[in-house]
Amino acid sequence: MADKDIALMAHLMRRAGFGATYEELEARAAKGYEATVEELLQPDTQPAIERDVLMRYQPQWVSQAGLEGQQEEWTFRMINTKRPLEEKIALFWHQIFCTGHAKCEYPRQQQLEFDMFRTMGMGDFSQLLMGLATDPAMMFYLDNCMSHKDAINENWGRELLELFSLGVGMDGEANYSEEDVKECARAFTGWTVTNSVPRYPYGKYEAAFIYDPSDHDYGEKTFLGETGNWNGEDIVKIIAKQPGAARFIARHLYNFFVADEPQVPAWQDSAPRDPEAIKMLEDEYYRSNYDVRSMLRVLFNSDFFKDARFTKVKSPTETVVGTMRLVGDFDMPKPGLNAMTLTIRYMGQDLLNPPTVEGWHTGREWIDSGTLVERINFTADAVGKTGLPGVQAIINRLASEGATISAERLVDGCLEMLGAYELAEGTRRELVSLANGEGELRTGTDEFGQRVGQMLQSIVSTTEYLFA
Amino acid sequence: MTSTKKDPVLVVLQLSGGNDGLNTIIPYGDPLYLDNRPNVRIESERVLPISDHVGFNPAMGPMKRLYDEGKVAIIQGIGYPNPSRSHFRSMDIWHTCEPDKVGDEGWLGRAIRDIDPEKENVLTGVNFGRGLPRSLVAPGVPVASVGNLETYGVLTGIEVEEQRAKALDVFSRVYSPMIGQGPVLDYLAQTGLDALEGADILSTAPEMYSSTVEYGNDTVAQYMRNIAQVHLANLGTRVLYTTAPYNSFDTHAGELANHTRLWTETSNAVADFYDDLKEHGAGDNVVTLVFTEFGRRVHDNGSGTDHGSGGVAFVVGESVNGGLYGEYPSLEAEKLLEGDLHYNNDFRGLYSTLIEKWMGLDAKPIVNGSFEQMGFI
Repeated sequence: MADKDIALMAHLMRRAGFGATYEELEARAAKGYEATVEELLQPDTQPAIERDVLMRYQPQWVSQAGLEGQQEEWTFRMINTKRPLEEKIALFWHQIFCTGHAKCEYPRQQQLEFDMFRTMGMGDFSQLLMGLATDPAMMFYLDNCMSHKDAINENWGRELLELFSLGVGMDGEANYSEEDVKECARAFTGWTVTNSVPRYPYGKYEAAFIYDPSDHDYGEKTFLGETGNWNGEDIVKIIAKQPGAARFIARHLYNFFVADEPQVPAWQDSAPRDPEAIKMLEDEYYRSNYDVRSMLRVLFNSDFFKDARFTKVKSPTETVVGTMRLVGDFDMPKPGLNAMTLTIRYMGQDLLNPPTVEGWHTGREWIDSGTLVERINFTADAVGKTGLPGVQAIINRLASEGATISAERLVDGCLEMLGAYELAEGTRRELVSLANGEGELRTGTDEFGQRVGQMLQSIVSTTEYLFA
Repeated sequence: MTSTKKDPVLVVLQLSGGNDGLNTIIPYGDPLYLDNRPNVRIESERVLPISDHVGFNPAMGPMKRLYDEGKVAIIQGIGYPNPSRSHFRSMDIWHTCEPDKVGDEGWLGRAIRDIDPEKENVLTGVNFGRGLPRSLVAPGVPVASVGNLETYGVLTGIEVEEQRAKALDVFSRVYSPMIGQGPVLDYLAQTGLDALEGADILSTAPEMYSSTVEYGNDTVAQYMRNIAQVHLANLGTRVLYTTAPYNSFDTHAGELANHTRLWTETSNAVADFYDDLKEHGAGDNVVTLVFTEFGRRVHDNGSGTDHGSGGVAFVVGESVNGGLYGEYPSLEAEKLLEGDLHYNNDFRGLYSTLIEKWMGLDAKPIVNGSFEQMGFI
C-alpha cells in the first residue's frame, strides 16, 4: 500500500467521518478512494446502530433524558457508527441550524431533529429548509410557535435568513433588508406545534408540527423583491433560488469539510479563501437542483479537497470522538461514558446546547488557553492507556518490526498510525531525542508498550495534532 | 511585582442575549410603559423605586442595596447609531467598537496590550468560561481562559511526576515560536506557552482563598467567585471577564419567569462579589461593568419581547459615584426607532470613561474615536 494512499484516506476519513484506525485505513485504501467516497455518500449501504440494544443498556436515555444523557447518546453513536458521514452531516447541520435543549418540552425532541438531518441532510436543500421550518425543536428554540398573525415574533423569520439560508450578505452587499425579515416572519404565522400530552414527571411527549390557518397572516407580502400572498413554503422556494443561498451552503460546506474560513458574520465582506472552489460548489448546487449529496461528491473528489490536509482545526467533537475511535474505547456503554462526553463541553462545544443561535465559532477560535489545556489533557490521557485495543494494536504493529526499533522509527511509526500525521522538523527532532534519552527500544519487553504510549502522548500534545 | 499603590482593576460581566432594559430599570411612572407591555410587565407596586419615574426590577434587591449605598451607576439609554438587532453583530460591535466593519480585535485586548506591552504577565487578562469573547482578543495578547479554576493545568493526567516533567519540558520547546509558520500556528504556539505558564500560577489561587461570603450555585455566581479568588491572590491581573452562558437573556417567550430567575442570580452574584472584596479590603481598586448587546422591543409580543435597541448598563464598585446617568429614552411612539428605544448614550463613551478615568489609559485608540465621558468615576 502506497503511503500517499493511506495519507489521503486518513484525510478523507477525518473530514467525512471521525478518523479511523490504521487497519481501517488500509482496508479502505485497498477498496479505492472514489469507491470509499461513494460508500460514505450512501449511508444506507452500511448497517445502522442497533438502537434497541442500546436502550437496554441505557434506558435513562429515553425515560429521563436530561441534556447530558442526550449528549451521551449522540456521542456514542458518533463513536460507533458504521455510517460516519451520516453522523458528520448531522453534526454539520447542528452547528448551523442550532437548537437548544432547554427550550424543548419533550427531552428527546432534538434527537428527532437529528434523525431528520440524518435522512434529509444530504438531500435537496429546499426540502431540508422545509424540514427545519416544521421542526418542533426549532419552533421552540426560535419561538415560531409563539408568533401569531396579530403578534408577530420575528425570531425565526430573522434567523432563517441570517443564519440558516442566506447570511447577512455577500461580496460586500446585503442579502436582504429589515423589511424582508418582517415579511418572512408574517409568512410563517400559523406554523406552530400541537399541544403535546404531559408525561408526568418528565416534561411532555413529543410535539408535532401543525398549520393553523386561522392564525395565518393572509395579507400581501413583498419578499426579496417578489410580491404575492406568500406562505412559508413560498418563502423557502424564493430563498432556495437566491445566489446568496448557493454561496451560503457552498461556503459552509467548504468551511466544515475543506479548510477553515473566517467566522460566518464576516462573510458579507470577506472573500472566500478559494473562490474557484466555491464557484464549483455553487454551480453544482444549481446543476443538481440544490442537492447537497451532489455537492459533497464534487467536493470530496476535487483537488482542492485532496490538497487541504491539516488546514482545519479539529472541533471538540471531532477531537473526542476521533480519539475514542482511534483507541477503541466505548464500543459498548459503560461507566465513564458521561465523563468522556462532558469533555466535549469542556473543550468548548456543548452539543444540543449552543452558546447562541449563531452556534460555535470554529477554526482557531476553538483554541484558547483554557480549551487547549482540556484538549491536550484528554487526548494524552486516552492514548496513554496502553491496555485499550487501539493503542495495543499500534504497539503490536511496531513490535512486529524487529527485536529493536530506532527512536526515529518509533516517532514516525506512531505518526503514521495516528493517521499519517506530519510534524515540523524541529518538533520531530525533539521527540526523537526524547525517545533516545530513555535508552534502547527493545520490542520484546514490558516497558516497550509504555514507551509507545509516552510517545503517543507527546505527539497528541503538539500543535500539529490540533489539526485535521 | 509588589507595589504600595494598588493598580485599578476592571471586571466585566457580559449578559448575553439582549437583556430587556425596560423590565430591568423600569419606567413604572410612565403610562406608556403599561400601554406597551400589556402582558410582559412588572406591576408598579412591585418595582423597587429609585425615583417617581424609574425603579429596579423586584428581583434586583441586592443591587438596589448597593445603589442605595451610592455604589451603582446606572447608564441609561445606552447603544450606538444604526443599531443592529442581530445578537452576533451587535455583540461584535460592543466587543470591537467597530460599528461599520467586522473587527477582529477587542477593546479589552487592546487595553491589555497597553497595560502590559512587553507581555510580562500572562495573567494580565483572565476570562472565566468556555471560549474567549472577542472583546479580549488582540493579536499577540495572552489572555488566560479558565473553565474550571480548581482543575486548571497541562498534562495533569500523567501521574508519574518525573514523566510529566519530561513531557512538559518537550511541550514547552515544541510550542516555542518558529519563524515563518504563519499567524494561525503562531497563535496556537503562543497559546500553548501561555497556558503552561498561566496554569502554574493560577493553580495557587483557590488554595489561598477563604471567605464568609457564600455564592450561589449558578454559573454566574461561581465565575464571580473565581474572579474574586484570582483578584485576591494578587497575581497582577487587571482585566477579568465572564459571560452569563447560553444566551439566556434572549427572552422572546416566557419572559417574566425567566427574567426574574436571571436577575435574581445576576444581582446576587454582583452583590456577593462586592461584599467578598469588601470583606478582604480589596474592593477599592475594582469596578465591575455589567452590559448586554441590546435592549428589547418596546411593545411585548404576548409572552416575551423581540430584539430591540437602547439598553441599560451598570457600573458597580466602592470607587463609583452611584446614580442615574444619561436620560431614560422616551417611550412616545414618534420618538421610537422602528419600535425600539432610541439610544442617547454611546457605549464608547462608557468605555472611554472606564479606560481613561479608571484604568488611566488613552481611550481614543482603544474605542476608535473620541466620545463624551461620564461622571461615575
